[in-house]
Amino acid sequence: MLPAVEASNITHVYVNENGASLALDQIALTVADGEFVSLVGPSGCGKTTLLSIIAGLIRPTGGTVRIQGQPVTGPTSKIGYMLQQDFLFPWRNIRENVTIGLEVMGKLTRETKEYALHLLDELGLGHAALKYPGELSGGMRQRAALARTLATEPDILFLDEPFSSLDFHTKLQLENLIFQTLKDRSKTSLLVTHDIAEAIAMSDRIIVLQPNPGRIGSEIIIPPYLAEALPIDAREQDGFQEWFRLVRKEFTSMEKRR
Amino acid sequence: MERKSNGGEESQHADPQLIYAAFKRARNKEKLIVHLTQALLLVFLLGLWEYAGRAKWIDVFLFSYPSKIIRLLADKWMDGSLLPHIGVTVAETAAGFALGTLSGLLIATVIWWSPFLARVLDPYLVVLNSLPKVALGPLFIVALGSGVLSIIATILSITVIITTLVIYNAFCEVDANYVKVVKVFGATKTQSFAKVILPASFPAIVSTLKVNVGLAWVGVIVGEFLVAKEGLGYLIIYGFQVFNFTLVLSSLFIIAAFATLMYQIVAAIEHRIVRNRR
Repeated sequence: MLPAVEASNITHVYVNENGASLALDQIALTVADGEFVSLVGPSGCGKTTLLSIIAGLIRPTGGTVRIQGQPVTGPTSKIGYMLQQDFLFPWRNIRENVTIGLEVMGKLTRETKEYALHLLDELGLGHAALKYPGELSGGMRQRAALARTLATEPDILFLDEPFSSLDFHTKLQLENLIFQTLKDRSKTSLLVTHDIAEAIAMSDRIIVLQPNPGRIGSEIIIPPYLAEALPIDAREQDGFQEWFRLVRKEFTSMEKRR
Repeated sequence: MERKSNGGEESQHADPQLIYAAFKRARNKEKLIVHLTQALLLVFLLGLWEYAGRAKWIDVFLFSYPSKIIRLLADKWMDGSLLPHIGVTVAETAAGFALGTLSGLLIATVIWWSPFLARVLDPYLVVLNSLPKVALGPLFIVALGSGVLSIIATILSITVIITTLVIYNAFCEVDANYVKVVKVFGATKTQSFAKVILPASFPAIVSTLKVNVGLAWVGVIVGEFLVAKEGLGYLIIYGFQVFNFTLVLSSLFIIAAFATLMYQIVAAIEHRIVRNRR
């Protein structure tokens, strides 16, 4: 089977008035179908840039990206993208927000609309369909953003620090919900985060990025008993702390090398 | 436990319903007092003006007084000579206001679309914006004739540039992440504009409507000063020429009334548009 995501030799240079800087250097990564991979790294290591390149939002200076074997030239409907904050449109109610992707893709039919509403129900937002984003809590809003992403039925989900603006309790709940929802639908996921514990609790595999310029430092495969447990349970498992220390060590050794 | 008087301080357990009712009563009372004071102040000022006029504290020839103004308005209303003036001016204002706002919106859209054009036009817009546009009045008269067209051109000259600048800025200030939301779904530039940029800028657009109401009235009166044979601006100029300052003040009264009405209409639209937003 073709890998869901295959990026090879991704190099990206940012240019502005002050000069050009190498943001990403020769990055190669693959994500297998159904796999949950996390990209972790300190800020400034180009995590979001890499995600935007793989999603087809930015054209890399060099290198190629293939999604299910197809070269990427622009945004594709196979990929769903969750941003750091929900960015729900305040002028649309929740239902209208969730169907925006279908609208843009010209796929808004009775069936797809019903599926979107069903998603809202499943994520516990059925009662809020006609409310406006301003009336919802942060956790509810990010759940609505998840429904918006899933409504177009992408095979691959990119999660760009989707929990970073939430309080700790809501974050744990939402980690569980998203994990469960994505596993149930056997989606492939690529999570960007700077939270090591979150990465261990959610992923099958962790890729540590180094900063200046962004490149792959190391890869850590999480054992199945942690990878398959719900994030909130995984955090309680024996050995979680050891893995946490291991990934943290990658970070610290990186800082020493700098 | 029974409570006799208002205020929930003495009840043992706080009942939100009662507290809310008390809060609403207090708020309504406050509102009533504000409105009452406003009305009293108006009556007092008008009364003072009336008395000052009748007692000859002020020069009645210049400053007139309320009952004289009302009598004049009533007479003019009765003989049917007032309504056409009001009609002409209100129509010109509304037309200029609508055209000015729409043209500003259109130009802003075009320059948002083409960042190249935006950069090229930037200094021109800045210069045009700081230019006192009413100075173009004589040019309009020569080019468009002394009629309605010149008046509407005057309103446009005052409203278009500032509308363009404000709306274009609003377009540029829309959070790029909102656009990213639709871009990941493969949105075209037209879709990004229609689904994100434009609706996100509605509050700014409505606030330019409010500014344009005021500017349109300035434009129409200046325009009518210059060219008109009818309209409220014409009445003001005519009043000055025949030294009938009661007529001047009467026209101002009507302008104030209609400008307020237009402003209220725009405020109602704004309320509808922004009520669901944060």
